[in-house]
Amino acid sequence: MKSYITMGSLELIQTLSGHSGRVWNVCWHPKGTYLASCGEDAIIRIWKETNSDWITTMLLTQGHTRTIREIAWSPCGNYIASASFDATTSIWDGRSGVFECNATLEGHEYEVKSVSWSSNGQLLATCSRDKTVWIWEAKDNEYECASIINAHTHDVKKIRWHPNKDILASASYDNTVKIYEEYLLDSDWTCSHTLASHQSTVWSLSFDKTGERIVTVSEDKTVKIWQEYKAGNTIGISVTNNESVWKCVCTLSGYHTRAIYDVDWCKITGLIVTACGDNMIRIFKEDSDSHMHEPSFSMVCSMNNAHTQDVNSVQWNPTIAGQLASASDDGLVKIWLYNEQNA
Amino acid sequence: MTMMENLENINPKLYKKVEDRQITAAEKDEDIVDAFDEREVFDIIRNINDPEHPLTLEELHVVEENLIKVNDAENTIDVKFTPTIPHCSMATIIGLTIRVQLLRALPPRFKVSVQITPGTHASEESLNKQLADKERVAAALENSHIVEVINQCVSDIKY
Repeated sequence: MKSYITMGSLELIQTLSGHSGRVWNVCWHPKGTYLASCGEDAIIRIWKETNSDWITTMLLTQGHTRTIREIAWSPCGNYIASASFDATTSIWDGRSGVFECNATLEGHEYEVKSVSWSSNGQLLATCSRDKTVWIWEAKDNEYECASIINAHTHDVKKIRWHPNKDILASASYDNTVKIYEEYLLDSDWTCSHTLASHQSTVWSLSFDKTGERIVTVSEDKTVKIWQEYKAGNTIGISVTNNESVWKCVCTLSGYHTRAIYDVDWCKITGLIVTACGDNMIRIFKEDSDSHMHEPSFSMVCSMNNAHTQDVNSVQWNPTIAGQLASASDDGLVKIWLYNEQNA
Repeated sequence: MTMMENLENINPKLYKKVEDRQITAAEKDEDIVDAFDEREVFDIIRNINDPEHPLTLEELHVVEENLIKVNDAENTIDVKFTPTIPHCSMATIIGLTIRVQLLRALPPRFKVSVQITPGTHASEESLNKQLADKERVAAALENSHIVEVINQCVSDIKY
């Protein structure tokens, strides 16, 4: 253990109960003022801090007939998209102050596993157990399918847009991560890169704030960091056709004892948080002497029994540094604050 | 999932059932905490019915006490099961049924793993991966037809 690592602690702010059955996902409003959660009970709960107490301010019901696997707040904060095992994605419009389901996106053959808005809110991506990734264009509350991509060979688990470009990444049961871009020549979406290194299902991924690095987590109990090398890079990584390449530059193994279900790379602090099937939440920080091409990360916090069952989802608050939310099979949502200790 | 019209394994080998568990005085005493052991987990799953034979998983040697590992302190239970034939198409539904039965009977603190006995099925690796994927298991358990088949397998189980 290096001596200059500053360990931190995770302080439980509040436990939020209300869902019946497992909670699959939590998502912060872009301003960090609201939190949405969803799960097995097919209900979306919206939580707000009122007099330093987190309470349910809205319940979104009757949008889905089966489990809601994931929710995503649009970058403007006016809409919520929800991905369900009922094979549909619903769009909830909250501009009036009350959320109403005003569109249902159909087309996937089986369960929709994940949904994500592009940084400008004009594109929406969904993925499913039917192995496909769909890209939807959002215009005046109308959603049109722009592309159906068949690149994975199995169940697609997670989909995430680049923090500021129209570049998409997906993680799959086929153990790979794929990157998609739109080719201007024929304006068609194509898989441009396949990131292969994990030995089992890749459950989740997250871009860093630059979008040039991705962190991935897997059933194989490891965390991997991937770096993009653009054409003409100075360290001599060869690229063909002027396209960039993605390389796995770091693997964190030996920390997690079961499958890792979620990961989030904080855009403010650069901290990485993981949600694990061993009921724990862990936080990783890049070392001060870390090298870009061979980065090193240290675990700065591990919370034993963060929940009493599998942790399914973790997400950093986008505006309050160190605040994060987690969701678990134990039916609870928890709000935490990471404090760096000044020893 | 459709039931086979013709039995896949027409003449399965039959095995003798184990004797009933003898309940000790300590186990009857509510004040003594007794940890879950292999025999207890075996008793929960031994009388599951085979999806295609009027026989239990115990009688077909699909489940055996010595293929169960329990660590009560660490909340883990690992069950290995042996399909009656190496190409058994019922293996997924049998594994799922064992999983459901354990989920329903055990406290939620347990992490349950259900896998094929190594070397006993042609698609062992992909079946194990499916059975370990809790998201796919959760989705399967929302499918009314699959749940119906599972409930038939676990109906009239006597403890």
